[in-house]
Amino acid sequence: MSALAYCLVAWLFLIGIYGVVTSRNLIHLVVCLSVAQSATDILLLEIGYRSGGHAPVFVSLPARPGPAVDAVMQALALTDVVVGAAVTGLLLALVVQLHKRAGTLDPDALRATRD
Amino acid sequence: MSRRARLAFFAVAAAALAMTLGAGLAGLPSFGGQVTAYARMLNRLAPPQRHVTDVVSAISFDYRGIDTLFEEFILLGAVAGISVLLRPLSDEARVLPEDKAPDRAIPPPSPAVWLLAVILSSLLVLAGIETVTHGQLTPGGGFQGGVILASASYVAYLGTNYVTVERFQPAPLLEASDGVGASGYVFIGLLGLLAGASFLSNVVGLGVTGNLISGGTIPLLNLVVGVEVAGGFAILASEFLDQTVVIRTRRR
Repeated sequence: MSALAYCLVAWLFLIGIYGVVTSRNLIHLVVCLSVAQSATDILLLEIGYRSGGHAPVFVSLPARPGPAVDAVMQALALTDVVVGAAVTGLLLALVVQLHKRAGTLDPDALRATRD
Repeated sequence: MSRRARLAFFAVAAAALAMTLGAGLAGLPSFGGQVTAYARMLNRLAPPQRHVTDVVSAISFDYRGIDTLFEEFILLGAVAGISVLLRPLSDEARVLPEDKAPDRAIPPPSPAVWLLAVILSSLLVLAGIETVTHGQLTPGGGFQGGVILASASYVAYLGTNYVTVERFQPAPLLEASDGVGASGYVFIGLLGLLAGASFLSNVVGLGVTGNLISGGTIPLLNLVVGVEVAGGFAILASEFLDQTVVIRTRRR
């Protein structure tokens, strides 16, 4: 179970980077980067997970609620999501301006920045 | 570099990365096992100490409040950066779309779309305010609620038109709410210094656990973050829409 959970993180990260490397469209590339970044969210939540644990919200709990999962990791995942949104927004703004200058979204066709 | 060479280069790098990542992940505690002592302590102490029921909010806005201050300024910086990147460039101008056929009336949006937008956007405003104000009690808070509030304006764009929405949310108002939200966090932090404690100390009355007004500065910080995030994301929508609607290349 442990191996499967952590392999998912490695797979998601690598598949995202693979998408970035092979992308033929800059918007697709930004989405691939978000996929790679979501691996870190899942890793944080997995580190904080506890079998049979409930959310770290102590309201309307059953009589014997059992342990709570790690709230620190959830707070860090929140930070990660916000930073991810900021990065995605900035990159998309760059893509918009790049498309105006270069007239293409294909990274391979950006002659001026190659060689 | 050709595509084939790039893929080969990636394969080597990815194999090395996978091995390093695997070794690192293998060293982590087993999935679903014990959580750290820090987390167990916070889960036990936060509700009685800060009079909140959502420990994630207590960590984000109290125990690690300074982290969230920086996080908020990252978001502010990103929104400012996007506004700068998407400004009219030297060969562009802001031109409001003009009606090229004034003799023909523009068909209004279909009543179904309009009704759906009205219902959805009002529900989204309600859900957003609920999420922002209940951050100390249930999952949610300023960041999540702020995004929901901003999405209400996205729905309004879909259901009406660009000019109408821009009239109801002028850019100065959005920019002001973005800035007021960000600086409000600092001012609430300064309350701690005024009270003789350290920056961002929870010095406001804590209230009764489980009530809407409880948790001291935590709901106040959620509120300013909610204002900042809602303003910031509404600015983003309007900046990206400006690119297609009003920013035109100047004719030579």
